[in-house]
Amino acid sequence: MAPRNKKTTTLPQAAPPMIRVEGLAHSYGTRKALDGLNLSVAPGQAFALLGPNGSGKSTLFRILSTVQGFTSGLVEVDGLAVQTQPAAVRTRLGVVFQYPSLDGKLTARENLRFQGYLYGFRGTALTQRVSELLHRFKLESHAEERVDALSGGMRRRVELAKTLLHSPRLLLLDEPSTGLDPAARRDLWTLLNALRKDTGLTLLVATHLMDEAAGCDRVGLMDQGRMVAQGTPDDLCRELGGEVVSLDSPHPEELARVVKASLKLKPKVVNGTLRLEGKTSLAQAARIMDRHPELVTRVTLARPTLEDVFLARTGHRLNQEEA
Amino acid sequence: MTTPSPKPVSAGVFWPAYSLFLREWVRFLRQRNRMIGAMATPLLFLVFFGSGFGSSVRPGGQDSMAYTHFFFPGVLLMVVLFTAVFSSISIIEDRNQGFLQGVLVAPVSRWAIVLGKVLGSASLGLFQGLLLLLLAPLMGLWPDVASLPLAILVLFLCATLLSGIGFFFAWQMDSVQGFHAVMNLVLMPLWLLSGAIFPVSGASGWMQVVMKSNPLSYGLSALRATLFPEQAAAALGESSLEISLIVLSATTLVVMLAALVLVNRPLKG
Repeated sequence: MAPRNKKTTTLPQAAPPMIRVEGLAHSYGTRKALDGLNLSVAPGQAFALLGPNGSGKSTLFRILSTVQGFTSGLVEVDGLAVQTQPAAVRTRLGVVFQYPSLDGKLTARENLRFQGYLYGFRGTALTQRVSELLHRFKLESHAEERVDALSGGMRRRVELAKTLLHSPRLLLLDEPSTGLDPAARRDLWTLLNALRKDTGLTLLVATHLMDEAAGCDRVGLMDQGRMVAQGTPDDLCRELGGEVVSLDSPHPEELARVVKASLKLKPKVVNGTLRLEGKTSLAQAARIMDRHPELVTRVTLARPTLEDVFLARTGHRLNQEEA
Repeated sequence: MTTPSPKPVSAGVFWPAYSLFLREWVRFLRQRNRMIGAMATPLLFLVFFGSGFGSSVRPGGQDSMAYTHFFFPGVLLMVVLFTAVFSSISIIEDRNQGFLQGVLVAPVSRWAIVLGKVLGSASLGLFQGLLLLLLAPLMGLWPDVASLPLAILVLFLCATLLSGIGFFFAWQMDSVQGFHAVMNLVLMPLWLLSGAIFPVSGASGWMQVVMKSNPLSYGLSALRATLFPEQAAAALGESSLEISLIVLSATTLVVMLAALVLVNRPLKG
């Protein structure tokens, strides 16, 4: 869904990270939302936080947005501690919330102007900046319409223009595709990738959509308040080995038992299919089919996806409700 | 972006406050029902209560014209009160609809949020109060011209006080329903027990104590003393203008500071 921008290169390792999170922990009462989380995002990178609801993404997101404190750990944006220098962090930060922060009773242009005042812009500089953004985001013909009357995709563009008015260095996006149809989603990512190319903007995207994460430079898989794996989407998928083989069976548990006993494998049963991972899995599948034809109805071979990586690391699926 | 954008700096207090202030006005002018809601009830009160009570309720044994004189400042306060309620509810809506998040992640002094929102609401209240004041001569009420500027200042202070109280409660709430309790248990009693309907002097002993400790009573006294000095002098049990002004200003300041402390409080986890 998210078009990958192969041209974007990450800056040399020496560049100080745009986001640095070390040993971050936060609890709501007795429930641990974040449990010793580490994260480093280089300037200019697009980093996806991929995890199911309740994995701690939103908490991390709110902490980075400076609207929430935390129990312990280190959190820096552009070398500035969010707890002690929130005002300086805010000047470098743009936040696109899951629920738009637009005022529906105001026009697109007014929303941008009022945002400008919040950041201390005024006069002709502000007027110019607003016109420029309306032009860039192809909103000129709707500039005088109230935001309530705009389509979801257009509202998202106004939101993005509003968030970028003060030229932040880091853009946080919380589930940016929520409520967007596939076409609007593609538009959004085309815009975001163009921005990265032009301005070196750093992106941190919280998402539960595999496709969206796969389009980013790096992905962090989050589960139960921890980062269970980090890397480029390709590297993460490659770690699993060549491919993933799934065997459909009328009696998956029984199949798992006999496979374990006779082949000394450790297959997983997920939603009624038996999964084998690793380089030799296809050969193994052929043997299983040969020995227990009555227990196998279909064998599927696929390249591993981030979903598979998540499953391998955590033992459960990314999106339970959609599984 | 094509033009080099100015380096973002902390925006200070004025411009962010101006942003929120202006937004209150733009929204208000686009939502006619808000204006009708805030003006119609007090007008009805004035017409029905003023003429209905007129002959039966006579504070200090005055005639019905005197009751209208007595009641009118209270109705002005009611207009201001309703505006404050509408504005406070909009804070809760801003929070729920996400607008407030956008403000909180901006490098905006917390004073700007309190000032922009409260003064926006107070100026709207004042504006509607002034509209009602323009109608006063139609009811045979002629405010004292010499002290009119002071009366307007007093009305503005009352509006700021009530908007500040509304802000203080609304900031902590996440549902409009919850705010109705505040309205019924805090804001309406403040108005009812300010001497708006019956004078402090006519109340029973313990009620007098309650009314005397209500800051809005002093706002109302000051309003009466500046709008209709002659009639106010004849009324019983009102505080002097000086004391009223001091109590009103001090309470308003305390409420604004309390709102600031609240907004600066780190958010709960």
